[in-house]
Amino acid sequence: MTTSLPPGIQLEKADDRIMTLNVGPQHPGSGHMRLIIKVDGDYIVSCDPDPGYVHRGEEKMAEYRNYIQNIPHLERPVIHDSCNILYPYCLAVEDLLGIEVPERAKYIRVIASELNRCVYTLYWLAIYGIFLGHSTMFMWPMGDREFCIDLLEAMSGARVTHAYFVPGGVRNDVPANFEDRCLRQIDYFEKRLKQYEDIFYQNPVLKQRTEGTGVLSRIDAIRLGTTGSVLRSAGVDFDVRKKEPYDVYDNLDFQTQVLKEGDSYARSRVPYLDMLESCRIIKDALKKMPKSGSVRTKLKPNPKGGNEEAYRRVESGRGSLGMYVVSDGKPEPYRVKISVGSFRNLICMPYLLKGEKLGNMPAVYWSLNYWPVEADR
Amino acid sequence: MSSIAPEFRLSRFVASLTDLIFWVIVIFTLIGLPIVFILLFYIKLPVIDDKLLTPYLALTWLADPSRTLPIIKSLMHTDFFRITTFPGFGFAALLAAGTIYIERKLLAKMQLRVGPLYCGKIEGILQLMGDGLKLISKEIIIPAKADKPIFWVAPLLFVGTAAAFISLIPVAPGWVVADLDVGLLAVFAVIGFFPIITILSSWSANSKFPFIGGIRALHQMVSFEIPLILSLLGIVILTGTLNLTEIVESQQHYWWIIFMPIGAIVFFTTILAELERIPFDLPEAESEIVAGWLTEFSGMMYGLVQLGSYLKLYAFAALFTILFLGGWNGPMIWPPFPQEIITEGIKMGPITMHVPGLPLLDQEMLNGTLWFTIKTIGVILVILLPRGVFPRIRIDLLLHTGWYKLIGLSFVNIFIALALVYAGVLGPGGLIQ
Repeated sequence: MTTSLPPGIQLEKADDRIMTLNVGPQHPGSGHMRLIIKVDGDYIVSCDPDPGYVHRGEEKMAEYRNYIQNIPHLERPVIHDSCNILYPYCLAVEDLLGIEVPERAKYIRVIASELNRCVYTLYWLAIYGIFLGHSTMFMWPMGDREFCIDLLEAMSGARVTHAYFVPGGVRNDVPANFEDRCLRQIDYFEKRLKQYEDIFYQNPVLKQRTEGTGVLSRIDAIRLGTTGSVLRSAGVDFDVRKKEPYDVYDNLDFQTQVLKEGDSYARSRVPYLDMLESCRIIKDALKKMPKSGSVRTKLKPNPKGGNEEAYRRVESGRGSLGMYVVSDGKPEPYRVKISVGSFRNLICMPYLLKGEKLGNMPAVYWSLNYWPVEADR
Repeated sequence: MSSIAPEFRLSRFVASLTDLIFWVIVIFTLIGLPIVFILLFYIKLPVIDDKLLTPYLALTWLADPSRTLPIIKSLMHTDFFRITTFPGFGFAALLAAGTIYIERKLLAKMQLRVGPLYCGKIEGILQLMGDGLKLISKEIIIPAKADKPIFWVAPLLFVGTAAAFISLIPVAPGWVVADLDVGLLAVFAVIGFFPIITILSSWSANSKFPFIGGIRALHQMVSFEIPLILSLLGIVILTGTLNLTEIVESQQHYWWIIFMPIGAIVFFTTILAELERIPFDLPEAESEIVAGWLTEFSGMMYGLVQLGSYLKLYAFAALFTILFLGGWNGPMIWPPFPQEIITEGIKMGPITMHVPGLPLLDQEMLNGTLWFTIKTIGVILVILLPRGVFPRIRIDLLLHTGWYKLIGLSFVNIFIALALVYAGVLGPGGLIQ
């Protein structure tokens, strides 16, 4: 007797060559998501990413709080990159409310944003290391993350969830001896980053393993709508910081890191090169920053916008991160739409994994710079 | 007024002490004594003072401590002692436990961490004991559709096979559990059991990830066993024997690693693969297949597999020492002690207690054991190091390494050995003896 199955569910046949693997959500190599992978022997014949396990309704929540109250919960999707996810929101709200940001605050924002990019990238790199079975590469970035976290703690008072950016500047000024301390720590941090080259990026086993796996061509990268490091590793020179400079990025001296290969190795290397570039940006910004001045424009107690909308985007650790804020004249926004890089990069995963070996799954999956919590929002 | 700790009461303290003493006595009488008796019945007991030592008489050491040493001496002559304690399981388990601790501390230092720190006050030295207690106290969960008898017996078989491997290892001159003339063949036979156990356990778990892990382990072990055997053929050609003791004795003046570095490298690589250690830990690759063929094991079953794999690690390191690094051979560094202590014993104490000597513990044996241990620990450390440096290799690269490179290199090694023999440099009747 055959029991009737719900529509869309199919029983696996006993003589099937294809085996279905549920990688996640409780799997050491999945993150907060599920990958339904079908394997024939050791080859992946299809991959169906199934996100949505950590959906928290951030966009809906934002409609019930006013512009300032939205700050602490909007950073929750990526607490490791909290400055960068608040950045587009603050920029958009400033557009809506017509606020001018003081010059010093703009530089502080850039420094905090770049430091936070390093924090996020190191966290990502640590997990990339442990996914490839390289336990030293898990511990080193986790330890070196502390340099940046310490600096951010000195700036904002919190180690991870900073809630530092507010519409109209930053919440508070940096401490008195911040410039010296920041320069010293960034110098040492750069020295540490150079050591990663030896233990990880020039490691012959790693190169053997990741070079030429999950190759994404330039055309496909554009067609599939990827962004951030995935796009730049495929040879497309696109960085929001360069193309649509916000705050003071057009004053600063930095380059976009672009690689041509488009394989897992290149995708894992671009964020690393970005970190070195971030150190340059921070040093440059510290040099050019006005030594004193206001860091926050005073707002009215419960600011209201007109009947308008604003969309701003920034370059986050995972690519372009946009916020679309609609105001209808009330203290609360009418709609906040978060457009994240993680979800865009997820789209190309089924194409990359098809035909790869199962052993390449973590190498390709995590090289996409995908953050499940951010993709679900 | 509140306090976390209850107030100290002498009556409670005394009660708890007596409770403890009561349970120690009960457990000793109900479990300890029967075990002692059963063991003593199986041991060929010596004749002391013209009297055959019966198990009942043996227990008189409780009343007369001077009887202890003869009993220990006679115990040390038995196979039972050799199997359980010195060249066998106990010695290996001690080294394996040390290995786990050293591995954790060494890896921690490489990764700018501290490693185990709290358990046991001094540098977390009791961490392993804590882990063992945790594993014992955990529930053993068997998957509902598992093939239960095989699933239960697989970890035991794994430990048993590792112990069988250990029994073939000569630690010091004359100190080996099984001194076979075909010792090396027996080693190959024992190694051949590991993939079977792995595939049995992974198949019987009836789960997807163990199945993939088991298939990977099978691929890996089978393809690396061939270079493993081939890389050791050179030594067999040069020494003309398969007996491990004789192979060690042939290295009194020079180690085989000097003449066969290629064979040593190939053998070392295959050791890493056979032990499923990084970079060859594909069968347990946690980011791909959870824990590979160990996924469904829980509690002490997992602990047994871990124990077995560390015993295997010791056994392989010891085999490397025996075959390439000269086993127990080495300059005499053990401080000499007077001969009469061994034969006559010591008279000491205010009441002039006479402790009879132990003719077994001669200087040569202690020195050999020391050298063997030092070399084995060195090899173990080198086996541990890649874990801090390399990521995991991919399965196709692994098979490529095994079938193309290592087999080719081991044939080169065999040709070197043959050339040395035919040129009359080494081997029977060679220039260097």
